Amino acid sequence: MSNLVRAIEEKYMRQDIEPFRVGDTVKVHVLIREGDKERIQIFKGDVIAKRGSGLGATFTVRKVSYGVGVERIFPLHSKMVKKVEVVRHGKVRRAKLYYLRQLKGKAAKLKEEQQ
Amino acid sequence: MVEGIIGRKVGMTQVFDEEGNVIPVTIIKAGPCTVIQKKTREKDGYEALQLGLVEDRPRKKTRKPEAGHFQKSGSPVLKVLKEVKYHGPLEIKEGDQVLVDLFEVGEKVHVIGLSKGKGFQGVVRRHGFAGGDAAHGSMFHRAPGSIGASSFPSRVLKGTRMGGRMGGDRVTVRNLKVIQVDKENNLLVVEGAVPGASGGVVLVRKSAFKTKTS
Repeated sequence: MSNLVRAIEEKYMRQDIEPFRVGDTVKVHVLIREGDKERIQIFKGDVIAKRGSGLGATFTVRKVSYGVGVERIFPLHSKMVKKVEVVRHGKVRRAKLYYLRQLKGKAAKLKEEQQ
Repeated sequence: MVEGIIGRKVGMTQVFDEEGNVIPVTIIKAGPCTVIQKKTREKDGYEALQLGLVEDRPRKKTRKPEAGHFQKSGSPVLKVLKEVKYHGPLEIKEGDQVLVDLFEVGEKVHVIGLSKGKGFQGVVRRHGFAGGDAAHGSMFHRAPGSIGASSFPSRVLKGTRMGGRMGGDRVTVRNLKVIQVDKENNLLVVEGAVPGASGGVVLVRKSAFKTKTS
């Protein structure tokens, strides 16, 4: 991609993002607007994918809520994502953890990475 | 007031607005342009400015008639020349610079360019014909159908839509919102898509219509 495109993107990019990896369990603090009120909602789950570069980069977080798998895709540089908090690092060998969709219960658990 | 500027399409990306919505944008390297010729009502019958796009890579070969044309403005010979309108008594003269700051953020602009060539395309792609079923014994797939019945009119009417060369036309995209103006790097960011490939020449013009917003 052109350097000029990158230069424009730079202005909108967020520098305050805590680095996280695929396989990490994260708490995503999402800004919710209801009418003229604002509140923060937390979405906690495993990062199963990161894609894209520059301003268009996104990440996918998966969690199982009341037995139902829920995935949300967040734009990495969106202002609506207030904070991404890493709860634990998972040990994974793949960049995309789509295989987790096929697994249930204990099998879908990611092992914690030993430092 | 100068009505427009020449630029080159750099590429597309997306940015966030104040509410956090993603908006698709096109980046245009607009200008700097030099006024090469001022056309006047007395001499040319209409009023316009001929602008030349000043680029990083200068032209290699120049021909004598071209050199003569550029002489008055004192500018080196440029590759891209286009005319834009101006109105009102204008102090600007040959050799003056036109920069992106003639646009402001939030303003609506028209962008004119040459669309990407699509080659020879059939009637389905080129004119949006529905085509027939692909299967179920259908023998009519992507053909244009009847183009002129046998007894009447017994000929093909002029202008009947058929297959042929598609793209490579002059296209105007109207009322694109200006998102950002970077005078330092001569960059203009507009909302939405712009005709042509990256690197293609575009003319950015002030919108002729009054806009409601701002």
